[in-house]
Amino acid sequence: MLSPMDLRTAHPAPTDLAAALGETGYLTDEALTTVTWLALRLGRPLLLEGEPGTGKTALAQALAESTGLPLIRLQCYEGIDATQALYDWDFPRQILHLRAVEAVHGAAHDVAAVEQTLFDERFLLTRPILTALRTPSVLLIDEIDRADDEFEAFLLEVLSTWQVTIPELGTICAATPPAVVLTSNRTRELHDALKRRCLYHWLDHPGIERELAIVASRAPEVDAALAAQVVRAVHRIRADRELLKPPGVAETLDWARALHELGARELDTETAAATLGVAIKYREDAQRVVDALDKVLTR
Amino acid sequence: MTVASPSRSGAEILLGFARTLRAAGVPVTADRERTYLEAVAALGIWDPAAVYYAGRASLCGAPADLDRHDLAFAAYFAGELGGTKRRPAPPPPQIAAADLTDASKTGGAEREETLRAVASSAEVLRHRDIAALSADDKRLLAELFSSLHPRAPRRRAHRHTASRRGTVDARRTLRDTVRRMGEPGVIHRRRRGHRPRRVILLLDISGSMSPYADSLLRLAHAFCRSGIPVEVFTLGTRLTQITRPLQHRDPDRALVAVGDAVADWSGGTRLADGLATFLERWGRRGLARGAVVVIASDGWERGDPAALGEQMRRLHAVSHAVVWSNPHRGRAAYAPIQGGIVAALPHIDHFVAGHSLAAFAELVEVVAHA
Repeated sequence: MLSPMDLRTAHPAPTDLAAALGETGYLTDEALTTVTWLALRLGRPLLLEGEPGTGKTALAQALAESTGLPLIRLQCYEGIDATQALYDWDFPRQILHLRAVEAVHGAAHDVAAVEQTLFDERFLLTRPILTALRTPSVLLIDEIDRADDEFEAFLLEVLSTWQVTIPELGTICAATPPAVVLTSNRTRELHDALKRRCLYHWLDHPGIERELAIVASRAPEVDAALAAQVVRAVHRIRADRELLKPPGVAETLDWARALHELGARELDTETAAATLGVAIKYREDAQRVVDALDKVLTR
Repeated sequence: MTVASPSRSGAEILLGFARTLRAAGVPVTADRERTYLEAVAALGIWDPAAVYYAGRASLCGAPADLDRHDLAFAAYFAGELGGTKRRPAPPPPQIAAADLTDASKTGGAEREETLRAVASSAEVLRHRDIAALSADDKRLLAELFSSLHPRAPRRRAHRHTASRRGTVDARRTLRDTVRRMGEPGVIHRRRRGHRPRRVILLLDISGSMSPYADSLLRLAHAFCRSGIPVEVFTLGTRLTQITRPLQHRDPDRALVAVGDAVADWSGGTRLADGLATFLERWGRRGLARGAVVVIASDGWERGDPAALGEQMRRLHAVSHAVVWSNPHRGRAAYAPIQGGIVAALPHIDHFVAGHSLAAFAELVEVVAHA
């Protein structure tokens, strides 16, 4: 476990970071390594965009694992607001506390003092962002494009000053800013002000070599020959531009594991057709792939 | 790394590159330049790969920027040019000089008459088919587009807001009770508020729609200026997102910017392919979900009508409502018999006209109540 101050200087060069991530089973290419290293070194949030299933979320997990810091995840959705991202007061417990004070002391007690105890640390429900500000950590803000504009503006404030003001408690400032990873599926253009504060990277599907290495490290139980067959098949499927949803790396891994569980030695037309649902999630796509299965499976 | 000129400092060269990139159309701001310099300093300026990745990470903000960056990087660091190249200034906006302003030179009585003439001709213009207008009339009509006031369709929000009716707001009631040291008081209520729905405009700018293209863009501009969440795309031989260039306050400037962004004016139509691209890259991922989608097209499809029908089915499945605005619909003798529109009709919620300003005003109403 690294000490908190180490996050910025833990890896003297990008190659060290690549090695550290590689140990956790996350294989990067040069571009991604450099950008991630820069984000850590400059203390900037990292904005990752790309197709679903290219390893955006996994990068944050690998980063947390390699540094030994806790991963704090904030899943965005439409209508998310500060009480779900930052903090909230535990009202039921506050009421309970009031009743308890009343029962013990009766009516004679100092009102101001009791009020003071109401807004105490123990009634504070810390939500992901506040938690990340208080402890050194890796903060993953997932699918930021699903949140509303207002929430983006609110994030902007936190991400630029690394502090949060709670009226009843005062300002909470991060001693060490967390490493922040934002992911977006590009369903909506993010605001420029937010993008400007981040380092940007577009994640593509990996090449055959790298995907093979990823399968080998993430699913070592799968036979190498079978893995190679699956990866090649997935790449051929991806090459079909007409697909509604090309399978991502996660689907490749699922497919390889599924075939392994079924005890398949190699990927032939029958097993492929039977297990296609693991990799392809649309009826139209499945039809297209089944029709062209012979081409997909040729060596 | 090859340096453009030995007498320039590293920072100067890098800033020159940032400027080149800005000239190439990437919105590079001063703070991005600073991040760029910091990033290069952290990685080491003498490593070309490091400078390359630092630029991609800090100066770019969208996939399209990355391509521009790569081109500019190759050109700039090959010693081709310094950072002084400028984009040619945009052509001056055409000032739509209506008769109103000319009239100020003449006498008062005459001016009033002109005013009245303009007012009545405006009313006539509202209902005339845009394709049949002369260039002067079109300019006059452009002014009238500011009279369109698009309103957003609304949906139930996820969040609750305080209300006099609705369910009991336990939290607010409790908080109020805490404030009074546990004394019960007013019971607060809440219910779910409203939020604007997104509106998506898909404008057909193919050859057969070219008389209407200018007006459709002005309509889109009116939507963009209204504060509704709007995304605008043009459909031709390819699909282009033009929401960004339409953000100019001035409609003429916005149209010039759109003209720069769109490459396939007055070409053929491949509606089915365009819709498929839209659904794949934007629609299904969330842009079209729950949105009101407006397609402005005459439905003349080059390709297979069945393919268009399939794409329309998908579009209808993800969106809240599909509105089709067809300029031919405004003609008395019109019947939807072209293959494309026949295939699309079962998946359309509102089929409206789109040939005149009055028709656009009606379209705006339909969208507001979709």
